Amino acid sequence: MFSSEVIKMIYHGFWETIYMTLVSTALGYLIGTPLGIILAVTDKGGIKQNRIVYRILDVISNIIRSIPFLILLILIIPLTRFLVGKSYGSSATIVPLVIAAAPYIGRMVESSLKEVDEGVIEAAKSMGAGTWTIIFKVLLVEARTSLIVGVTIALGTILGYSAMAGVIGGGGLGDIAIRYGYYRYQSDIMIVTIVILVLIVQILQALGMMLSKKLDRRNK
Amino acid sequence: MIFFNKVSKEFQTKAGNIQGLDQVDLHIPQGDIFGIIGMSGAGKSTFIRCVNYLERPTSGKVVIDGHNMADLSEKNLREIRKEIGMIFQHFNLLMQKNVLDNVCFSMKIAGVGDKEAKKRARELLKIVGLDDKEKAYPSQLSGGQKQRVAIARAIANNPKILLCDEATSALDPQTTKSVLELLKKINREYGITIVIVTHEMSVVQEICDKVAILDNGNLVETGSVSEIFTAPKSHQAKRLILGSGNSIEQMRGRHCIRIVFKENSSYEPVIGNMTLQFKTPVNILYANTKDLNGTATGEMILQLPEEAETAQKMVEYLKEKNLYVGEVEQDVFLGSD
Repeated sequence: MFSSEVIKMIYHGFWETIYMTLVSTALGYLIGTPLGIILAVTDKGGIKQNRIVYRILDVISNIIRSIPFLILLILIIPLTRFLVGKSYGSSATIVPLVIAAAPYIGRMVESSLKEVDEGVIEAAKSMGAGTWTIIFKVLLVEARTSLIVGVTIALGTILGYSAMAGVIGGGGLGDIAIRYGYYRYQSDIMIVTIVILVLIVQILQALGMMLSKKLDRRNK
Repeated sequence: MIFFNKVSKEFQTKAGNIQGLDQVDLHIPQGDIFGIIGMSGAGKSTFIRCVNYLERPTSGKVVIDGHNMADLSEKNLREIRKEIGMIFQHFNLLMQKNVLDNVCFSMKIAGVGDKEAKKRARELLKIVGLDDKEKAYPSQLSGGQKQRVAIARAIANNPKILLCDEATSALDPQTTKSVLELLKKINREYGITIVIVTHEMSVVQEICDKVAILDNGNLVETGSVSEIFTAPKSHQAKRLILGSGNSIEQMRGRHCIRIVFKENSSYEPVIGNMTLQFKTPVNILYANTKDLNGTATGEMILQLPEEAETAQKMVEYLKEKNLYVGEVEQDVFLGSD
């Protein structure tokens, strides 16, 4: 029913979306994981309590999280230009996506790590474990399942954000949906892109849940 | 081995300062199985955490094996903790790691190589009787099995001391017995000093050589288990020993005594002879036989006749028969517990 050109465009958009989502999530975790670890460890009752560090990171990540993504997108155009050389297209969209995702991911990592049983941490301490050992051998290991669920949620959220970037020509399926569906009233194209987006989220969700369940040793 | 010198610990809470430990003086000799008993909130957990400095005392000195814990750097403190194993009420195993890796965990922290750690872990699992479970995950084990894994993990680095924080409180009596047997075996075979914190008198009676009674952060009585069981001096000791006996209501407001029989005295029908001699019956409100470190020990609570003179003579009669006789104070039962 679509011309080969449209199909090609949607195909291209699909890969752009996947590219933006995966790269942004990966870079988001690169910043968000250490952020989450520091938040969890320095918070009150953490293994290396530090009120000042916690407070600073807490405020910064809350400020970024409270800026609506669409506004952040426009706000940091100069930065995006500086880093990527242009302010449109999928590579450019990765910049605001990472900035928006990092504190969000940091918060999720923080909450996953805080779920780890205090008793296990205390046991590790009683064996003479230091802060690093507790982080890498206890917290990240015991929180594994919860962290994977977090990745799944992050992927879904970042995918949604990437579609929003279509408003400023961000590339990917969202861009197509806005350009064709909204500006040109070609709702058939819009519906197809939406269906594809929904399917991607569904598949990612199912895969993530499957993986976290498979790796969980608690309920066997 | 373990010295506490005027150790105090205060906790700051919103409701004000709470005294966790109050000037505790205690010496635990090497090779002992030492019990610390008290009601909940008595400061037992704080006490045991002050031994390995998981809690830092507010004042006072803790000396472990010649080291003053307060003088140690963070790094040296971690080193010395490798010589102090610890097990917990809720086992605190790594839920995402199998049994073998859990046992290896303490050795990895101590810097033991992977191969060597696994080899030693298998030996340990044999000692605790779980050599067929090395691939299992904690969630697949029973409480007693989990505690055995925790014990294997705690003794993997050949510690000099093993701290047990309510280690049997989450286990049923049968399992408790078998875990205590294992602890006894470890104490005997490896000479590890064991400190047991518990609220159960039965645990102390089963395994400990000496016991200290903690109440409200204060050490109220210390001595050998049989000493304290036979002739408890402090109010708290009496309460713990009488336990929550079912006949408490009946004893209220009457003249009751508690007598303790040792092995040699339990052959003669003392009570029978006494009633025959005084031609007055006594009421037996409670009787029990306990195994105190291998010695059968009987205890009985008697209600004496109202008439003071006869009652007095009866007490003397019992004392003559070399029984320990103690007055049961009314307020022992009137506590909050």
